Amino acid sequence: MQKSLYIDANKCTGCLQCEMACSYENYGVFNISKSRIKVFNFESAGRKVPYTCTQCAEAWCLHACPVDAIKLDALTGAKVVNDATCVGCKVCTIACPFGTVNYVAETGKVQKCDLCGGDPACAGACPTGAITYVDANWTGLDKMQQWAGKTDTQPRANA
Amino acid sequence: MGWTRKILRVDLTKGTCKSEPLNMKWAQEYLGQRGLATKYFVEEVDPKVDPLSPANKLIMATGPLTGTPASTGGRYSVITKGALTGAIACSNSGGYFGAEMKFAGWDMVIFEGKSPKPVYLAIEDDKVEVRDAAHLWGKTTWQTEEIIKKTHQDPQVRVASIGRAGENGVLYACVVNDLHRAAGRSGVGTVMGSKNLKAVAIRGTKGAGGIKDGKAFMKATAAAKKVLADNAVTGQGLPTYGTQVLMNVINEMGALPTRNHRDVQFEDARKISAEAMREKRPTDGKTNLIANAACFGCTIACGRISKMDETHFSVVNKPEYWGATGGLEYEAAWALGAANGVGDLEALTFANMICNEDGYDPISFGATVGAAMELYELGILKKEQLGMEAPFGSAQALVKLAEMTAKGEGFGKELGLGSARLCAKYGKPELSMGVKKQEFPAYDSRGIQGMGLAYATSNRGACHLRGYTVASEVLGIPVKTDPLVTEGKADLVKAFQDATSVFDSAGVCVFTTFAWTLADLQPQLDAACEGGWSMEKLAAVGERIWNMERLFNNAAGFTAKDDDLPPRLKTEPAKTGPAKGKVSGIDKMRPEYYKARGWDEKGVPTKETLNRLGL
Repeated sequence: MQKSLYIDANKCTGCLQCEMACSYENYGVFNISKSRIKVFNFESAGRKVPYTCTQCAEAWCLHACPVDAIKLDALTGAKVVNDATCVGCKVCTIACPFGTVNYVAETGKVQKCDLCGGDPACAGACPTGAITYVDANWTGLDKMQQWAGKTDTQPRANA
Repeated sequence: MGWTRKILRVDLTKGTCKSEPLNMKWAQEYLGQRGLATKYFVEEVDPKVDPLSPANKLIMATGPLTGTPASTGGRYSVITKGALTGAIACSNSGGYFGAEMKFAGWDMVIFEGKSPKPVYLAIEDDKVEVRDAAHLWGKTTWQTEEIIKKTHQDPQVRVASIGRAGENGVLYACVVNDLHRAAGRSGVGTVMGSKNLKAVAIRGTKGAGGIKDGKAFMKATAAAKKVLADNAVTGQGLPTYGTQVLMNVINEMGALPTRNHRDVQFEDARKISAEAMREKRPTDGKTNLIANAACFGCTIACGRISKMDETHFSVVNKPEYWGATGGLEYEAAWALGAANGVGDLEALTFANMICNEDGYDPISFGATVGAAMELYELGILKKEQLGMEAPFGSAQALVKLAEMTAKGEGFGKELGLGSARLCAKYGKPELSMGVKKQEFPAYDSRGIQGMGLAYATSNRGACHLRGYTVASEVLGIPVKTDPLVTEGKADLVKAFQDATSVFDSAGVCVFTTFAWTLADLQPQLDAACEGGWSMEKLAAVGERIWNMERLFNNAAGFTAKDDDLPPRLKTEPAKTGPAKGKVSGIDKMRPEYYKARGWDEKGVPTKETLNRLGL
């Protein structure tokens, strides 16, 4: 079963534990400026929203790469940057409509979420369940359940 | 290692900056943040210094766990000689600014001298620069942050600044970071303003590296996070209700100071409580509270995000205040509300917003308004002087006075002096409800005896965050003690004060101590920092910090008579509730406390005590 990151922004408190976990997993340091997931703070709306790569099926970054440095991980569905091949041309950062692949000046390569090989550190670190890793075919299950709970609220006639 | 091992020294008189290695011997003795910065401060500054003179210094300091995944590991403190108190001041704040300082590679920044013109400090990792702030002077903290983000073309920069209150000499001005977090008490923002330092803007991309044992650290922080999640206060009470969870509890106990401590219970407490913040308003069908929020790294998330009722008189013609903003915490709700007898939740939310926007302490402000309202009711302050009628309970007066204090207009100038100077000026010094010229927070020492001792002996003036015996006397953490008795409170206060000194020096939030003891903090510190951090060593660090602060205050001229409460609390018994008929037993507890501390009867640490602590 393939899994997918599922983000419920309503549960996010803005603690940034996800960003720290991401940088630690990938670089061995606590450095949110190296994180591949970002939490955005919409102050006047009072909302905090984590955002990262959604792993498009037809990934524009992958198709745009002139040296085939971005490959599909068939097991996880992640589009993964191969550092050895990446030449840092940044065309993928232009191709991505969502801004979730970014250039890293220190390495001269691009970086994006690779789902940590199937065990995303951000989901593990989130204290509120705002970021979870769920069945890729059922990211709507949570919402479906919530709405299901709102239907047929009348007491059963024959209960 | 936890520390970056680097401090930044800024000479504001000359406009220059230099990097220095951190004194690692001191780090082993004072840990970080409150302890370590205070050590630097007392070594470098004359205790007799005028807080507002260029010879005073101001230090912004992180702890070894700041910027790490340790829960609540985002704290920083501002250390100086307090403008309000003339005592050692250390005000602690969350948000994201502290972590950013660490990420930029600095354990602390020491500001010296006084700039000839308004400036701000811009830090981008190793690149540091004192920049002109003429365009920021006169701006609110919110405008300042927005303008800096725009001019730096960097939405990720973190800003700590003073508002107009800090510029105008309000003696309890704060340093506000991330819009609604504040190093709030004792007038640390006033000192910053006196140096013509408007703001500090930081962007750090280095991260918090150098954790001594990464694996052990991750294990220790995960275990400690579980303790917070499983605890009823930190896992449920605080995230759901915020610190406001206390409003009804403390009122029921008869320990909610009301109308300048005339009463100990507030008839409208429920209207300004956490529960009320979650109820739909009859006017617009919406709730005051819209979300809870966390500071950096915090897995508790007690912060409140609120939206005003747009039809409320305070904002009806001011759409700029209709957006989401920092909501009421218990202390602010009490000081702006019960302390003045104001039971209008929206008015308190607005006044609190103004405190954040222009950077002044809602506790001291609210309590000073309470004193002014009493002077008004006594006929000492007149309507003409105030520019309005100001009886207890007037939400209109509260809102107007908040705006006037922010702008430094009219009677707002006098309110900005704090209650001690205000009441002395009008011949009623005994009506100032505070210690060492700093106003009390939200617990009445007749109903919670230990807090009276904690206030009287707090090194930064009346304060709940130096020894929060409410945890024990009300909530039973770590053990339940009787709030109405004085027996055993000397030892209890000492234990809380010493442990809190460690938490304040580590980079984590003191609210963790609803669930954590030193035994939960110790493995995290030991994994992060070199030098072997045992329980014994931490206990000694806590007591050492407390005594160091005490020595500074003694040298500044404070004596045992400053470790006292206003006569009202010693002679006017609580009128209602479980503490009815009680006064504070401070005079009984004080000598017991001095003895427990190893101080002589004048409150001076003995030679043996100093030797034992290596002072």
